[in-house]
This record gives sequence, C-alpha cells and structure tokens, in this order.
Amino acid sequence: MITGRREAWIGRALLIVLMAGTVLPFLSLFVTALHPAGTYPAGLDWPSHPQWGNFVSAFQSARMGKLLQSSALIVLGVVPVSILLATMAGFAIGHLRMAGHRLLLLVFVFGLTLPFEGIVTPLYLQVRDLGLLNTRWAIILPLIGLFMPFSVFWMRAHFVNMPEELSESARVDGAGTWQLFWRIHVPLARPAIASLAILLFLWTWNQFLLAIVLVDDPAKRTMAGALGAFQGQWGTDIPLLCAGSLLILAPTLLVFVIFQRQFVSALLQGSLKG
Amino acid sequence: MTQRTLTARPGRVQGRDRASAAQRRRRGGRLRTSVLIGWLFVAPALLVYAFFVLRPLVMTIQYSLYKWNGIGRSTWVGLDNYAQVFTDPDLFRSILNAFELIVFFSAVPVLLGLVIAATIRRIAASRLAMVGRTVLFLPQVIPLVAAGIAWSWLLSSTGVVNQVLRAIGLGGITRAWLGDFSTALPSVGVIGAWVLLGLCTLLLLAGMSKIDSSLYEAARLDGAGPVREFFAITVPSLRQELGVCDTVTVIAALASFDVIYISTQGGPGNATMVPGLEIYYLAFSEREVGLASALAVVLMILVLICVTPIQWLTKEDTK
Repeated sequence: MITGRREAWIGRALLIVLMAGTVLPFLSLFVTALHPAGTYPAGLDWPSHPQWGNFVSAFQSARMGKLLQSSALIVLGVVPVSILLATMAGFAIGHLRMAGHRLLLLVFVFGLTLPFEGIVTPLYLQVRDLGLLNTRWAIILPLIGLFMPFSVFWMRAHFVNMPEELSESARVDGAGTWQLFWRIHVPLARPAIASLAILLFLWTWNQFLLAIVLVDDPAKRTMAGALGAFQGQWGTDIPLLCAGSLLILAPTLLVFVIFQRQFVSALLQGSLKG
Repeated sequence: MTQRTLTARPGRVQGRDRASAAQRRRRGGRLRTSVLIGWLFVAPALLVYAFFVLRPLVMTIQYSLYKWNGIGRSTWVGLDNYAQVFTDPDLFRSILNAFELIVFFSAVPVLLGLVIAATIRRIAASRLAMVGRTVLFLPQVIPLVAAGIAWSWLLSSTGVVNQVLRAIGLGGITRAWLGDFSTALPSVGVIGAWVLLGLCTLLLLAGMSKIDSSLYEAARLDGAGPVREFFAITVPSLRQELGVCDTVTVIAALASFDVIYISTQGGPGNATMVPGLEIYYLAFSEREVGLASALAVVLMILVLICVTPIQWLTKEDTK
C-alpha cells in the first residue's frame, strides 16, 4: 500500500503543522514574558537574559492567590448544585417520564442556544435588586440557571438509556422513588456526572461576561474576568501582561493536562450533545 | 411501566373484571403520585432556570419596548427601538459584522477541519495523533480572554505574524493587523478560527472513526481516488458531526464577545463591533437599556433562525 503510506505521511505533516499553529500563541506569550519588564520585544526572539522574575512580580501584582481562591469558591458554588439539580431533573424527564415530561424537555431545550448577552441586562438589574451585586453570588446563582438547559439535557440523555427493568426490580424490592434515585441511578450515572462536572468547571472558570458585568472587584471574579482587569492594568507593559496571562491560564492548563483523557472525551461528547 | 409488573404477576389477579377495575383504580392513584413526584424532581432545576433565564428573557422583551436609562422613569416607545436597530448604521453594522464573522468562525474551521480530519484519519490511532488530540484542544480549555491577549500580541506591529511575513519577503504588507480598518475584522476572525479549528477537527475525526471501513474498501475496489472517496463516503457519513460543528461555531460567531472585547473593543471605529459587545456598551456605558434589549432580542432571534435549520437537517438524517 504505497498510496496508504504516502497519505499517512501527509497526514502526519499536516497534524504537526496544525499543532504548531495551535501552540504558537502560547509560545509567543512565553518568550515575550521573559523579556525585561517595560520593553517592547519583537516577535519570537529569545531574550539574552531571560527575566524569570517577571512571573513572580506578575504573580504578586495579579494577587494570584486571591484569584485562585475566588475562582475555586465560584466553581464550588456552581458545579455541585448544578449537578444535583440537573441530575434530579434529568432523572424525572428521562426516566420517570411522568405526564408533561415532553413539555418540560422542550422548555429546557429552548434555553440551549440562548446567548448570555441576550439576558445580561435584566440579570444585572435582577441581581442588583437582590442586593447581590459585587458578591460572588452574583456570578454563582445566574450561572447555575444559565447552565441548567445544557446540564438537564445532558443528564436526560444518560437516563433515557437506562433500562426500565432496573427500576422495576428495585420497586419490587420496595424502593421509593427517592431511594431508587439515590441508591440505584446516581451511582450508575457517575460517568455522565463526571463529564458534566468537567464541562461545568471549565465554563465557570472561563466565564467572562457575567464576571465583568456583575462584579467590579477583580478579586471576587472568575479567573477569566480577572484577566480582563489585568489587561486594563498592564496593557502597556507587554512582558508583564504576557507573564500574567500565562499564570492565569496555567491552572486550567494544569487541570487539563492531568485529566486530559476525561477532558477530551467530555468536550467531544459535550459538543455532540449540545 | 409499573402496570407491566402488575399484569406480569398473575398471582394477584383473581377474577378478571374485578382485578382490572382495581388495577385501573390503583393505576390512577399511582399515576397521580408519580406525576407529582416527577415534577418535584424537576422543580428545583425548573425554578432556578425560570428565575435566572426565563424571567430575564421576558424582561428583555419588555425593556425593548421602552426608552429607559435603567434608573429613572421609562417611556413606552413601542417598536421604535427595533426600528433603530435596523436603521442606525452603527447598530446594523454590528449585525453585519457578526454575519461576516460566521465565515471565519464557522466556514473556515468546519471546511478546513473536514479536510484536515480526512487527511489525518489514517494515523488516528498513532501516538502522534494522541498527542495531537491533547494539543488541539488547548484553545477550548483556556479562557477566550487569554486567546484574545495572546493573539493581540501576535498580530501587533512587532508581533510574530509580521516577523514571519518579513522573513518570507512580504515585509510590504506588515501592519498592526487589529488596528487597521480593513484588516481588523478578518484578524478577529482568525482568532475565532484558531479557537474552533481544533474542536471541529477532532469532532469530525471522531465521527470518521465510526464509519464502516468496508465502505472505503469497496470504494477503492471500484477505483475511487481519495477525492471521490471523500465526497462519496466521508462527507455524507458525517452529516451529524457536521451539523454539530456548524451549530457550535455559528453560535460562537453570532454571540462573540470575549475575544473582541479584549483584542479590539469593537474598534478601530466600529470595524469589529458585534451585537454582543454593542449590547454591553449600550446597557452599561450609554445607559440605553431599551435599545440594548431590542438588540438583544434581535440577536437571540438571529441565533435561532441560523441554528434551527441546521438542527432540523441533522435530526432528519438520524431518523
């Protein structure tokens, strides 16, 4: 198979070019971050004296410790609650299939394509009226609602495939619906829940629009929102801005590298279901 | 489904008529409780969703009919805000820009991703491809804001893009790509294409791995070359994945915000203004809540108009 081998080589070459293109922006950030602060370095030139200290000063001036803590708090507020509510709703719509489940699904699916910009203005006013502006709740509560259509859709897709017989035998053994849910179905749904958790973590951590609209203090925002403020503050000091950007995207990168297999499959499935 | 268990246990049935009457009564009772339980399970999710999505949605529509600065008294203006969205050149321009971005955010990643995926399909099981899967997902994992910052620097006058152009003898066309009226929007488009290309490639690759390889063997026996094979087998088999790629990328284009906020703020002039950013400025800087809401409603309708046919086409195919 000579043609096969040639095709394989073309494939490899193309993949390498594509990977290089993907990595190039990160490489450029990294090289630039090593130049002396305040300079305006050119392109991809490796500096004669790499300034590793830039990362330290960016870490301090970005108050990275605070930012990490803030983002972690927001993720902890959003992800477990979203998963619990979505799993319950997905179970009812996909498995119990009580009267009205089709309508309910339709109501949730309706929200799937909704751009956040479409409702951000009333959300701001609503959060203001609740007195939650500039608190982390201003990001947490709306995000739980905004992620709900996808989360319910996702969990429903899992429960729809669970065999009826499973629940029937549990009921014969005298399990109520709540026990059926907790004892039988939640343990079985663990892989679907794990994937959903990964996606929700990522989307919460990277959420920008809600963070800049609803919270003024960068130290109470998500990582992405803080990065926006960081750019305003450091826009003219390119090396420090690059160092700060790398630091701020490092946590997701780290989590991604550790759990890469789960991330890739969650992201692939996530797009397919959404 | 509970009825099936009941009828499947004949021990309980004594005398067909009485049993069925009792059954009917029992079924009715059971049905009512199970509907209640089902709705109780959905209720928390539904309440949060209704309060933080459906209510704001209704409010957006309501605000769009008023002239209001968000604090003082509001005045009913009917559809005037909508008229302004379509007649104000700046506002309408933002909508046109969003459609131009579809070319970069959607057409480029989907078409290029299709070609790339088809080319690297043969090595999909190799170690290089495994590494590739990880690397190509990087733009999906980092905040879009970070992508915006990285690319603003790449595209700046002293950035890597110009460095490369100079190196290959194209120094004449170097410029600050994001600051130039004619190149700003395509440059923002390139950033979007970079973000979405890897995702599309991998989605399509995953779809291709599900295609029955005997189809390709049969095509080869019939003397089909790689190109024929691509159009006769690969593309039709990927209908669903292509639909997903289209949906995701079209929404990303129409609702783009993060990248543009960071890289150009809509400028220079209004060259890269998009509805998402315009809504943000109108509502939070210019205090034109009514106008912002009208544009928001238009944006949401545009997304639905663009995405529904894609969904419908792919659904049709899976049945």
